[in-house]
Amino acid sequence: MKKLINSPDSVVTDALAGIAAAHPGLAVDIENKVITRTGGPTPGKVGLVSGGGSGHEPLHGGFVGYGMLDAACPGEVFTSPVPDQMLVATRAVNAGAGVLHVVKNYTGDVLNFQMAAELADDDGIEVASVVVNDDVAVQDSLYTAGRRGVGATVFVEKIAGALAERGAALADVAAVAAEVNERTRSFGVALTSCTVPAAGKPTFDLGETEIELGIGIHGEPGRLRAPLAPASEIAAVALDAIHADVPLSGDVLVMVNGMGGTPLIELYVVYNEMHKYITAKGARITRNLVGNYITSLEMQGFSVTVCQLTESLADLWDAAVDTPALRWGR
Amino acid sequence: MDAAFFRAWLAEAGTVIESQRDHLTQLDAAIGDADHGINLARGFSAIAAALDQAATPTPGSVLILAGSTLISKVGGASGPLYGMALRQAGKTLGDTADAGLPELGACLEAALAGVQKLGAAREGEKTMVDALAPAVAALQKAISEGAGTVDALAAAAAAAAAGAQATISMQALKGRASYLGPRSVGHEDPGAASTAIIMGALSEVAQQQVT
Repeated sequence: MKKLINSPDSVVTDALAGIAAAHPGLAVDIENKVITRTGGPTPGKVGLVSGGGSGHEPLHGGFVGYGMLDAACPGEVFTSPVPDQMLVATRAVNAGAGVLHVVKNYTGDVLNFQMAAELADDDGIEVASVVVNDDVAVQDSLYTAGRRGVGATVFVEKIAGALAERGAALADVAAVAAEVNERTRSFGVALTSCTVPAAGKPTFDLGETEIELGIGIHGEPGRLRAPLAPASEIAAVALDAIHADVPLSGDVLVMVNGMGGTPLIELYVVYNEMHKYITAKGARITRNLVGNYITSLEMQGFSVTVCQLTESLADLWDAAVDTPALRWGR
Repeated sequence: MDAAFFRAWLAEAGTVIESQRDHLTQLDAAIGDADHGINLARGFSAIAAALDQAATPTPGSVLILAGSTLISKVGGASGPLYGMALRQAGKTLGDTADAGLPELGACLEAALAGVQKLGAAREGEKTMVDALAPAVAALQKAISEGAGTVDALAAAAAAAAAGAQATISMQALKGRASYLGPRSVGHEDPGAASTAIIMGALSEVAQQQVT
């Protein structure tokens, strides 16, 4: 294992110290592992808290700031944070208008946020939760843990954050978050595995000419293993899966996201294929993101996330945002 | 079985989990996200530190502190699930200073109920329940047949180990391994494996300490 770390045990706290040093707009409580905006909660505004395992940077800490999250709680690498952290974050951002928890659908994240919401309720803080579950690679049924939350998380945090910034009530912010999740689907592909620092070796082995289709964001194996193919074919597999679930139509927001170890040049190759495919289906990409937004350590690969926009969702997407990883209009 | 017995159980479980840390993590790498051994080792070392610092005069207080520590320190699914199990077990014991075998049986039943309530898992879904449920059943059976503490806990440990082995042929229906569908078959569930370790530690400590 070759990594730029001091020790596997201190990766998360060392990175938090770096975030604090790099971004004066963020307040970092290293002991409790909570990132908030400096200046405290915005009076009268619904607070947005998200969190999850570390290793997905810039998610979530990189999305704390004006127009997006109020706080993020990073757990250990690929491990959900604990209820105590979430409670500290919830208290810190509560300005009396209530707090929305943005939770990715993984057993651990859901359990810990559930406990945190109960603790916050004991404190008299009104908490609503949205569970993000956009990954079409997972067969959803009553008998499984359900779809994973992946790329849609970025869209939910941006759009719900914009509505909260406009002073909307908790119920409305929660409703728009759920609407974005409903309208968004994702699919991921890995060319290589990743190495959890404390584990020291790759989570799975992929041959030189193999790829893993339908991966999540934790180096967990995906839907199936396939031979490497041209980007056009891999892009089509990903979008076929999305299109089969929700037919592509109308105006869409598309994110081609790198998993951490993918050169940007390859992401643009993939974006070009996505653009051709989606246009051919009669839909129109009116907004896009290309880059690393929700990663899986040093994994090579990409995920594609498609949101079917409405006029009001597009308007909220365009609203000013000022965070370390997403910034425009301000 | 007094507070010292329960502290010895958790210490023994922590020692074995530390020695099996990489094995548990490898099991998790196959069908999950490669952190189970790492997280449990972190959790049990936090339990040891917490028990060193706080007074825990009764078996119930030992288990409740251990459970709360796991919930506060571990994260993931295993933190809340094992944390809830230990807290529910501890609550069942109340203020008892010396728990007998029937109390221990009731306390493990409460642990199982706590895990099932939180995780909504049933037997056969390739989770820790597949080790814990047979262990609880074996313990109850041994108690009803009049077995002594050492034999009853040995039966429970053996049932947990067999239950963990039986997860190899199961398809995961809960937790992160469920994303793999049929590809989860052929691998031992890491949560069931760690439950078998913890039940094994209980039996081991009973053999050393119960006369």
